[in-house]
Amino acid sequence: MTHPAGSLLIAQDLRKTYGPTTALDGAEFSIHPGEVVAVMGPSGSGKSTLLHCLAGIVTPDSGSITYNGREVTSMSDSERSALRRSEFGFVFQFGQLVPELTCVENVALPLRLNGSSRKAAERTALGWMERLEVDDLRKKRPGEVSGGQGQRVAVARALVTDPRVLFADEPTGALDSLNGERVMELLTEAARSTNAAVVLVTHEARVAAYSDREIVVRDGRSRDMERVV
Amino acid sequence: MSVRQWSRDLAMGTRFAFAGGREGWTRALLTAVGVGLGVALLLLTTAIPNALAERDRREEARSDHTFSQQEIPKADDTLLVVDADTTYRDQDVRGRLLEPDGPKAPRPPGVAAFPADGEMVVSPALKELLASDDGKLLRERLPYRISGTIGEQGLVGSQELAFFAGGKGLEQRLEGPASGARIDSFGNDDLGSSDPWDPVLLLLVLVVFVVLLMPVAVFIAAAVRFGGERRDRRLAALRLVGSDSRMTRRIAAGEALAGSVLGLVLGTGFFLLGRQLGASAEVFHVSVFPSYLNPSPLLAALVAVAVPTAAVLVTLFALRGVVIEPLGVVRTAKPARRRLWWRLLLPLGGLAMLYPMIGQGRDQGDFNQYLVVGGVMLLLVGVTALLPWVVETVVARLGSGGVAWQLAVRRLQLSSGAAARMVNGIAVAVAGAIALQMLFAGVEGDYTASSRYDVSRAQMSVEVPEGARTAATIGEYRDTEGVRKVTALSDVYLGDRRDEPDSFAQITVADCASLREVATLPSCRDGDVFAVKGSQYDSESDHLAKPGTTLWADAGDTARSGDREVSWTVPKDIRQAQPREDPTGNERGGILLTPGALPGSLKAHLSTQLFLSLDLSKADAYDHVRNTAARLDPTSQPMTWNSIERNDRYATIRTGLSVGAACVLALIGASLLVSQLEQLRERRKLLSALIAFGTRRRTLSLSVLWQTAIPIGLGLLLAATVGMALGAVLLRMTNMKIRVDWPSVLSMTGIGAAVVLVVTLLSLPPLLKLMRPDGLRTE
Amino acid sequence: MSIGHTLLGLLESGPRHGYDLKRAFDEKFGHDRPLHYGQVYSTMSRLLKNGLVEVDGIEAGGGPERKRYAITEAGITDVERWLATPEKPEPYLQSTLYTKVVLALLTRRDAGDILDTQRSEHLRSMRILTDRKRKGDLADQLICDHALFHLEADLRWLELTAARLDKLREAVTR
Repeated sequence: MTHPAGSLLIAQDLRKTYGPTTALDGAEFSIHPGEVVAVMGPSGSGKSTLLHCLAGIVTPDSGSITYNGREVTSMSDSERSALRRSEFGFVFQFGQLVPELTCVENVALPLRLNGSSRKAAERTALGWMERLEVDDLRKKRPGEVSGGQGQRVAVARALVTDPRVLFADEPTGALDSLNGERVMELLTEAARSTNAAVVLVTHEARVAAYSDREIVVRDGRSRDMERVV
Repeated sequence: MSVRQWSRDLAMGTRFAFAGGREGWTRALLTAVGVGLGVALLLLTTAIPNALAERDRREEARSDHTFSQQEIPKADDTLLVVDADTTYRDQDVRGRLLEPDGPKAPRPPGVAAFPADGEMVVSPALKELLASDDGKLLRERLPYRISGTIGEQGLVGSQELAFFAGGKGLEQRLEGPASGARIDSFGNDDLGSSDPWDPVLLLLVLVVFVVLLMPVAVFIAAAVRFGGERRDRRLAALRLVGSDSRMTRRIAAGEALAGSVLGLVLGTGFFLLGRQLGASAEVFHVSVFPSYLNPSPLLAALVAVAVPTAAVLVTLFALRGVVIEPLGVVRTAKPARRRLWWRLLLPLGGLAMLYPMIGQGRDQGDFNQYLVVGGVMLLLVGVTALLPWVVETVVARLGSGGVAWQLAVRRLQLSSGAAARMVNGIAVAVAGAIALQMLFAGVEGDYTASSRYDVSRAQMSVEVPEGARTAATIGEYRDTEGVRKVTALSDVYLGDRRDEPDSFAQITVADCASLREVATLPSCRDGDVFAVKGSQYDSESDHLAKPGTTLWADAGDTARSGDREVSWTVPKDIRQAQPREDPTGNERGGILLTPGALPGSLKAHLSTQLFLSLDLSKADAYDHVRNTAARLDPTSQPMTWNSIERNDRYATIRTGLSVGAACVLALIGASLLVSQLEQLRERRKLLSALIAFGTRRRTLSLSVLWQTAIPIGLGLLLAATVGMALGAVLLRMTNMKIRVDWPSVLSMTGIGAAVVLVVTLLSLPPLLKLMRPDGLRTE
Repeated sequence: MSIGHTLLGLLESGPRHGYDLKRAFDEKFGHDRPLHYGQVYSTMSRLLKNGLVEVDGIEAGGGPERKRYAITEAGITDVERWLATPEKPEPYLQSTLYTKVVLALLTRRDAGDILDTQRSEHLRSMRILTDRKRKGDLADQLICDHALFHLEADLRWLELTAARLDKLREAVTR
């Protein structure tokens, strides 16, 4: 499969096994800046593994991943960590907000990891919380806010570093449809406004409908629907 | 509420403890291992008095010293025994030379047949030592053929080094300096009625026990709460299917009960295992046989009942501030602030119980044991009550810092109770240990005679008996490996009259170099004679040292009638010398003679002491000297000089404390590690997410370190405070000056801190493993 | 639903009589609405005329139901194209999709592809609706939501069918 020029993140022929189970079996992927791509497929098809590989969290057994012209698979662990810190943002379904920190501290965390001072980081964080309409929660802890609010805080945290790529793994998985939609709207709007690419893993069509195109992962193989049709 | 209801719920909890799949099993097992370690330690402690009593009993049974003045006549049921104790490296070897007078001579316990001349029977540990490379030097010292081993009955510990060697002509040795006797039986009943314990020593023993057992109790209480968060989820699920709030609590208690009962079983196993292992180990020169370590049945039964009961009560107590709802466990967002007043009551109550005994000292008779135990316990429990408050209060005020610091502080703010619980055990142990160390340091002056030996001048001394070939002996030592210098001082006491002298003068004979060790001489040539003036310990000889005075040897000792009368006249050219402390710390007076001034007739009356200065950089210098001594005379016992001599019983208690503290800290360290790992496992998903968005591993590791270091730091601070307060009170009770023993305070807190550091280090590899992204996989 | 394409598809596995075709159709797809002979007859003559089928042989006795039909190359291509073209997302099109999936399975084509293509088509519609919703007022939002939920229901059915393809293959090819 050829990838269109100008792609920000390209993966080719990714293979990954966990023990006896094959998670990826020759998967392909590419995304442009500012594009929202939904990764769909049944559970266990390997879509989360694809996301983890793309984000440099997991190293594939074979295949190549290029981000902005750099080969991700040959980076050291600390290089990949730095990449994730500064270029990528993450939203997961569960367990991502540190329960002990207040919401604003959670949002500021990635900036602090990048070395910003506490004050500056929290100021920027608050700006993002305003955009995601959760600035009134700044002093609360994650345990004291609702699921939808928590997820918006998580989105704010993912966007606070102005990432080039936002990885979202079932970001609305634990939310009802109204909350889920609101989160998706805010997420895609924010991403578009900063020209960030979004890799959106979901099995929900209504969530995938916020994407520009989708790829389907089945049995570890990906299928780019736009180019097939 | 019926008993049936209770037992049904408890039983259900028990089932849950084991039916929860792998997770449930792990939890139950962790609890059980924790409780088991505690139980093993409890059982061990209850067995120690028995073990010590058993050692005493065996020691008595093999005793071969008669304390009666009457000599037993030689018969066919008597035995000659001469001590041949020796020391190898830092281990004492019990040695005896045996010569049976007839076929019915009593055999020592554990010895099947008398060793023939040139043979010996040895303890298993000694046999092993002799066979090993380590025992090479000792083998030279004991040139006997091994003809058998000493049975358990004849030994006080599995690792004891002991031998019985056959000898000939021992009767002559009884005349000499060797200690020995003719006996018709082993064992001595008189030893049994030893003096009653000094009240201060008894106080020490009581405090040691309380101090060692308190952390174990705290530890058990913590162990039954392993896996708290997961249990919460399970309890919520129970509520969902319809159990009411109180039932749920009882079911939780049942789970703890199951863990603690399994812990009892494991603990018994650990104890039996430890008992066997204990036989192969030697701690501070004390080893025991497994059979010694039998806990008294009453105490063991008490442990068996108290531990599960405590587990249930602790669980119910721990759940008091928790609302278990069907959809989750709710700890109110802002838990009620910990109140200080009742927490302060405990240590204050402890002080109040100890206060009446202040100033009693040892002269006022016994301390009230119950008040002592109660007071010390309350003070130490006070630590566990105060610590959560201290941690909460301090942590709430901690300011900003790096990300790692922020993560740690915020976590502590949210769950300061859990953090405090983790370090409670260490805090109690350290507080108790500090108090004890202070007490020991105070008592040390009384129970430790600081010896006056000057170990920089000589490190060993040997007696050369009267009439021996002194010059040859000195040569032997001089040629011994590791000996740098031999100072030989011979002396004899001469009286002022031939019969029934009033005063004696000590005559010291040595070459010039050696004489300078005992006095400051103006100059010295062979043939010189000096009188020492102004010695602290000798005023008598001043008037005897006048020129022309005639002094008599053995005057007054009419038993030696066979000897010729020997006299010596103080020469005219006697000169003055200034006294100087000799290596033993004595200032001798009397008259100093160089060998050239010594009349031949006096030579036979000299007894000689050699002071050996060793090259301590040479390994085994001491043992080379002992080998030489044994070659010259197997019964000789060269003295090794230490700067401090301790009262034996005091040393035993200190040993007990050290052993116990080591066990307790190891135990607590293990439990810290377990709960640390459990916490990490519960946060696995969060850790993976943090790693996903690029958190450095270093940051997370550091936050884990802070998370333990902050509460431990506070705990140690509190422990040091309470420990010093308790120590001060105990010192006042024994009427001693309050003096803070800073080195021991620092070393105890240092050990506590080291435990935390080790635990953190050990939990790092699993942490790094948990931080792998696999944790993100949800399916 | 296109009866013509369905009958063509059924012919792919081998020539059949008109009567056989009706029976096969009824068995696989016509659970509550069996075909009339007339429908078969008229459809087959249209296909014949378009060159998509040819007469393979006629049995004695004559009559349209006695003719044996076989599919032509052009016919196969036609089936192929039909299967590959996603249906316009609209309510209640499961029966057509179902027919397509079963036909694909019968003719050993990749039924998963059909489902993926269809999902893509659905998502395209949903994107348009979602976009409209974002820009529209509350009325727009409610109207779009209605359509979105229907489309989502289709998609759920697609997912479910995709998950059960192996079972379905077993059932229809038995």
